[in-house]
Amino acid sequence: MSPLYSIIHRDFTLAMRQKADIFQPLTFFALVITLFPIAVGPAPETLQKIGPGVIWVAAILSALLGMERLFRDDFNDGVLEQMQLSKLNLSWIMFAKVLTHWLVSIVPLIFISPLLALFLNLTMPMYWALLATLLLGTPILSLLGAIAVALTVGLQKGGILLSLIIIPVFIPLLIFATSAVDTAMFGLNYLPQLAIIAAMLCIAMALTPIAMSYAIRVSHQ
Amino acid sequence: MDVLIARNLTCVKQDRTLFSELDVTLRAGELVHLTGPNGAGKTSLLRILSGLSLPESGLVKVHSNSQSDVPLLYLGHKLAQNKHLSAIENLTYWTALHRVNPSLDELYDVLARYELVGLEDLPTGQLSAGQQRRVSLARTQLVDTSLWILDEPYTSLDVSGIAFIQARVDEFVAQGGCVIMTSHQALLSSHQVKELALEYRI
Repeated sequence: MSPLYSIIHRDFTLAMRQKADIFQPLTFFALVITLFPIAVGPAPETLQKIGPGVIWVAAILSALLGMERLFRDDFNDGVLEQMQLSKLNLSWIMFAKVLTHWLVSIVPLIFISPLLALFLNLTMPMYWALLATLLLGTPILSLLGAIAVALTVGLQKGGILLSLIIIPVFIPLLIFATSAVDTAMFGLNYLPQLAIIAAMLCIAMALTPIAMSYAIRVSHQ
Repeated sequence: MDVLIARNLTCVKQDRTLFSELDVTLRAGELVHLTGPNGAGKTSLLRILSGLSLPESGLVKVHSNSQSDVPLLYLGHKLAQNKHLSAIENLTYWTALHRVNPSLDELYDVLARYELVGLEDLPTGQLSAGQQRRVSLARTQLVDTSLWILDEPYTSLDVSGIAFIQARVDEFVAQGGCVIMTSHQALLSSHQVKELALEYRI
């Protein structure tokens, strides 16, 4: 096993042994979106208007819900110490961990999103736009969120601090993502918004692993 | 042959100077027993030597002559194993991280020597504290390195376990390895034990 593959394999095995951790964000996501039509009334136009925003807010909050677990066990067990002592660059290790976390806890949300788009009366073009923004945007949630997790991992009850640090950073993403879906509602071209989200993703992929590894070292001081 | 050279180390924790301008030189074939009362800074010193934390001032240099990818082996208070993974899985992932890939037979063999026969495939969370410690210490047999940094390796081990680990330490030192370890009991080693005592400073 190569070192990077071993990290991905390990996190995947652990996720499969603690399935409750996968289902918690998933049920939260589904419940929030199911409750909205009941609360605001089933008028199709209203639902279509708020739909993209509701799905995106629910995605951000449920991503945050599972985020805290990303490094917590490995920090408490001392596995992160051993990772720092290996010759492998810590940034790569962090990237592998975040990638696995995204695959395990966020991709299921994307899988159930067609069903939820149906609840909120999204049209087909709107759904495709939503799917594109989710695919490009949710990795940004994981990458940026992981920096905050790495910073707060040494703290007891770092959860609240984590949300305070990270929610403001997600606002630009939220604006462009919902704007893309709104544009799709009118049948217009939403590629510019997607291009901006994709650019954010590229920058995040390039820079956040370095920030994460630095934050992890600081947490271990 | 110097394995590790540290010069002018100063460590400050919570506005208290644990030690200042400390020089440490570790040579091949040396067994160093780091002693001192609780809070004297033993763990802090070991973490600085291993490179996990940075000293307030001073520098640490590790000279590794072995060909392996592991310049030193640090085993701290935290056992670095996940309680949901079995002993075999924990060791497999750990060795892969360090680019050594022992065969499954080798792993079973090492665990058998550490008196863990029949427990290899249980989640380590179900093992006793002493058995978990043995799994962690079994790492010493899996990588080729020239320096072991062991922080309280005898915690929760029984009498025969302590003797067994001490024998492994002696074996490693006899082969030209260097060991620095903390322990609140005297080391019953066949080698000469060099003592490094830290004082509790206010």
